[in-house]
Amino acid sequence: MSNQTITLRQWLLTETPESRRHARLAAFYQGWLTLRSNHMAMIGLVILVVLISAAIFAPLLAPHDPFVQDLGNRLQPLGTEDHILGTDTLGRDILSRLIYGSRITLYIVALVAMIAPIAGLLVGTVSGYAGGWTDIVLMRITDIFLAFPRLVLALAFVAALGVGIENAVLAIALTAWPPYARMARAETLTIRSSDYISAIRLQGAGPMRIITRHIWPLCISSLIVRVTLDMAGIILAAAGLGFLGLGAQPPSPEWGAMISEGRRFILDHWWIATMPGLAIFTVSLAFNLLGDGLRDVLDPKDSTS
Amino acid sequence: MLGLLFVTFFIGRVMPIDPVLAVVGERATPEQYNVAYLDLGLDKPLIVQFAYYVWDVIHGDFGMSLLNARPVSEDIARVFPATMELATIGILFGIVFGVPLGVIAAVRRGSWIDQIARVIALVGYSMPIFWLGLMGLLLFYGILGWVGGPGRQGIFYEDTFPSVTGMILIDATLARDWGALRDAFSHIVLPASLLGYYSLAYISRMTRSFMLEQLSAEYVTTARVKGMSEWAVVWRHAFRNIRVQLITVIALSYANLLEGSVLTEIIFSWPGIGNYITTALLSADMNAVLGGTVVVGLIFVCLNIFSDLLYKIFDPRSK
Repeated sequence: MSNQTITLRQWLLTETPESRRHARLAAFYQGWLTLRSNHMAMIGLVILVVLISAAIFAPLLAPHDPFVQDLGNRLQPLGTEDHILGTDTLGRDILSRLIYGSRITLYIVALVAMIAPIAGLLVGTVSGYAGGWTDIVLMRITDIFLAFPRLVLALAFVAALGVGIENAVLAIALTAWPPYARMARAETLTIRSSDYISAIRLQGAGPMRIITRHIWPLCISSLIVRVTLDMAGIILAAAGLGFLGLGAQPPSPEWGAMISEGRRFILDHWWIATMPGLAIFTVSLAFNLLGDGLRDVLDPKDSTS
Repeated sequence: MLGLLFVTFFIGRVMPIDPVLAVVGERATPEQYNVAYLDLGLDKPLIVQFAYYVWDVIHGDFGMSLLNARPVSEDIARVFPATMELATIGILFGIVFGVPLGVIAAVRRGSWIDQIARVIALVGYSMPIFWLGLMGLLLFYGILGWVGGPGRQGIFYEDTFPSVTGMILIDATLARDWGALRDAFSHIVLPASLLGYYSLAYISRMTRSFMLEQLSAEYVTTARVKGMSEWAVVWRHAFRNIRVQLITVIALSYANLLEGSVLTEIIFSWPGIGNYITTALLSADMNAVLGGTVVVGLIFVCLNIFSDLLYKIFDPRSK
């Protein structure tokens, strides 16, 4: 009977969980409480929620079609009626282009954030668990990739693969995975020698099962933190490639490409390049804030403050 | 390092552009095509081709630029000093402002200075460098007119003094051409401080966390109990112990500046290696792209090894 009288909050904060699901939910809730007390992280989260909803509801929110040109109305300044953020060189509404551009940014970030950590996790855990020659070879490959500055390597990859948004994603992902592999390997090495892994092995579990069911889950939390902190870097890299004309191609409203279009008019029509830059800045700042907050919750040992 | 070359070699091979066509042109006869094909050694097995490539690179030969038919290594030697100059002034800026900022933020932990340092670092991590460069140009060059515009020199000063080191500031000083020196300085100050800002963000953060670690150590308490002044405790005791770590951080961020300089050079039309790679890339000049990538990669690796060495030399514990 007493179970029904306690509130949900008490149930979540209990010291003695009754089931595995209960324990998991309670841990999650406590992490959430810590995160919520961190104002900066919450600001970051709010910005990201706004961004994601802007991307989802882009057709409803955008006042104009981002691709429709209106040459009679080109280069309108900020605050023009009907075009709050002005129009660009072809008379397209900048606000609408920003809103649609958030889709591209999220698309790139989501793809890279799926490819790179998973590839890194695979390489790292296999290398850490297998040891021996596999480990040496895989880690040498990782070192090679780490030896290049990221943007320069991404440039070379784009040069080889050809220009375009998918190739930009691939190039960024190819340059982003090695740190994850390093991290996953380090975690695997500490986990591998622990007693409970030996216990599972004695019960007859094969390497596949040990890696996927018992090592991966323990690597996830540090990976998540790292991914969130890397997001800002990914966004900046994608925008940089777009700016160089190697990422998304016009007329696509990618933010970096928009800056590069506005660059020629910077002295007379400053808002064309300024607005997308502010958008990039805001989003990567949000990821950094949230990443810092998540690190305090999930990985307290690395906390700097 | 061999692996580094392997990656660039591999990129060069998988790219969809036919290197033979790039040499002989679209309208070559099949005989000409075959001659060029054999000439480039493309009939040999990949491993042999790779060996040739490594041999060439060791001898400083990155092949011919497909665009202007000059050796790539010559081009790189010409553009590299410009990047060096930019990155060096940038890192100096980062050190001069970043280190004291980090130390003060650590000493006055939680104060407004600490908060400001934190905001500066956060903004530095999140700001697209090419956009900040554009805004800087707009404000300081376009509106205020305080600094020189894009490029390294004003047109009046171009080729007025001999190029000795390829670094304009040094060349102008050697030639005692003070007008040119001032002109070159007004051109470099904005891109260099921009790059410097990025290293500042990183250096100040690292300095702060190193200092916090030292300041909580017991010898600091002892020094304070002895009645030493705060200045002596911070700079003569705690700071001495972070110097080695700091050098490593600075070497790393110097390497990162090479990367940041790609976008900065584009914005400021700076004729450095980043600009060179990108221009070559847009005109599908693969030899130049790969050559530039190898050079940047090698410098990156060398700086890493260098900082490891410094660590070994200066930190007695690692022996």
